[in-house]
Amino acid sequence: MTQHKLIELEGITKTFGKGPAAFQALKGVDMKIDRGDFVAIMGPSGSGKSTTMNILGCLDVPTDGIFRFRGIEVQALTRDQRSLLRRRYLGFVFQGFNLLARTTALENVELPLLYRGETKKQRRIAAERSLDKVGLLPWASHTPAELSGGQQQRVAIARALVTDPDVLLADEPTGNLDTERSLEIMELLTDLSDTGITVLMVTHEEEMAEYARTIVHFRDGLVARIDRGHKSGAPLKEKV
Amino acid sequence: MRMIGATLLLAFREIRRHLLRSFLTTLGIIIGVAAVITMVTLGQGLTADVQNDISGLGSDVFIVFPSRTDPNVSPPPFDEADIRAVRNQIAGVEFAAGSVTSSATAFHNGQDWQTVIQGADGEFFDAQNIEIAEGRGFNEEEEDRGESVCIVGPTVVEKIFVEDQVLGEEMRLGNVSCRVIGIAEDRASSPGGGGGNDANDIVFMPLKAVQRRFIGNDNIQYFVVKYDPSYNTLTIQNQLVSLLRERRVIQEGEDNDFNLVDTAEISDTIGQVTGAMTAVVTVIAAISLLVGGIGIMNIMLVSVTERTREIGIRLAIGALAKEVRLQFLTEAVVLCCFGGMLGILLALGLSILLANAIDLPFLFNPALNVVAFVFSAVMGIIFGYYPAHRASKLDPIDALRHE
Repeated sequence: MTQHKLIELEGITKTFGKGPAAFQALKGVDMKIDRGDFVAIMGPSGSGKSTTMNILGCLDVPTDGIFRFRGIEVQALTRDQRSLLRRRYLGFVFQGFNLLARTTALENVELPLLYRGETKKQRRIAAERSLDKVGLLPWASHTPAELSGGQQQRVAIARALVTDPDVLLADEPTGNLDTERSLEIMELLTDLSDTGITVLMVTHEEEMAEYARTIVHFRDGLVARIDRGHKSGAPLKEKV
Repeated sequence: MRMIGATLLLAFREIRRHLLRSFLTTLGIIIGVAAVITMVTLGQGLTADVQNDISGLGSDVFIVFPSRTDPNVSPPPFDEADIRAVRNQIAGVEFAAGSVTSSATAFHNGQDWQTVIQGADGEFFDAQNIEIAEGRGFNEEEEDRGESVCIVGPTVVEKIFVEDQVLGEEMRLGNVSCRVIGIAEDRASSPGGGGGNDANDIVFMPLKAVQRRFIGNDNIQYFVVKYDPSYNTLTIQNQLVSLLRERRVIQEGEDNDFNLVDTAEISDTIGQVTGAMTAVVTVIAAISLLVGGIGIMNIMLVSVTERTREIGIRLAIGALAKEVRLQFLTEAVVLCCFGGMLGILLALGLSILLANAIDLPFLFNPALNVVAFVFSAVMGIIFGYYPAHRASKLDPIDALRHE
């Protein structure tokens, strides 16, 4: 029996559109990611990093190739089966936070549990614990409009964590934040990674990528280089 | 189950968030539901009212009155001989009794009141189920001699008899003085007089007394024929018609110059009229509900577009297509149920108000209201399905990018 890695991409291609207007965003990506790794995916815009992220997040399927997650071939699954995978194993953090407006931080964090059919009490307890992890328990009853960008992103992280996912996918998590808030978020992701959760992060900022253990460089729809064993730390702080 | 509870809560919250918009959206449903319930309720009230009136006319009764065949010629009136002939010559007729009406101002103790004077003998009272509440009816001597005695309706008692003493009092009707010997029982409404007339606003006198003192001739304005219900109605009717044609010398081929109303027939006719009215209202309501439903669909589509990002978030964190569909479907159904509920409340208010205004009984019909409510919910499912389906088919990536 072959032992699969947590995530395996084999010859992944992705083509958008048809005929002469078709655009091949991914041209055969091979990549394996171990459980517990902290991976930063880097590359200029149009290099295919976001497309890869969407496939890794089971939000999209490759045109061709094999994507195994926990040994399951995701490209063969139906839309709803992929939804169930996301519900059970994945947590998402987006650049634009994507919290529900006019809904309290606590309710935002509770949202994923709603689709797991947990009771109101279970939801509340788990959401409060998750908010506590990101240090925002005192802001539980505030709506996104009443929170700063950094706080909103922490709520989003709490929402991603509330289901105890295997993988946390973060798409430019610091893209809308100033440097200080960005570093706070990166510290938080590093701490989470240290607890054993696998973190996949797309970024185009070198200094954010420095926090990761593995850095995957994309160029023109292909993996150009993978830096493994990068020592996770806080390089900016060392410089200062 | 928990999902349903949470979805309902979410739907309520969304509606509360857009209160005015939700209200305007459901207006079509509100009006449609209110229109149907109000009209059906009033129709049933009208039918009940007419049935009540007809029972006031008595059952197994024909009412016979002259009618014009030529608009310029008034038909000859009936007289005592006609009634005698009907009574004696047609088998199965229990009795026939004529009546005349006039009007006059009634005076007593300085009070006055304009009222209806009806001349009627004991048999007429029997045929029309008019009971005497206090005192007595006319005796034979009073009827034969046309004595100036009267039986007053409760309204007249209330208007001009200030003291409790009514029986034995002398009152004046125009220039005619008469002695009160009885008070008629309180009656719901006037037979044949339409819903608006007060059946209690009346003074009865013996037929001859009214003919002589108020009208000045022996004519009979109309008469009632009470028959034995074991006889065939149609046979009696045919005999009645041919007898009257003969007495009124109507040639073969000429139209009757009189009309014969069977109480059963009135009831049928009213039933048909209200049935037709209900059908018309139902069509109007159906159109209103259709327009209302399209309004719901429109606003749900707007809502789906507005909340594309939210849908994207839900899909990303693992909501199934059917869960998203359920959420929006629930919202549409809840919206329609609110509309239905408001429609029912509006109909309740309108029905009571209108029933009062046109003097009809208000009959609450629980089944009708339940059906209307369920129907609104079904509207929500029908018109909410497409927007909900569209929401559930959104691509999470595109939805998350939506601005």
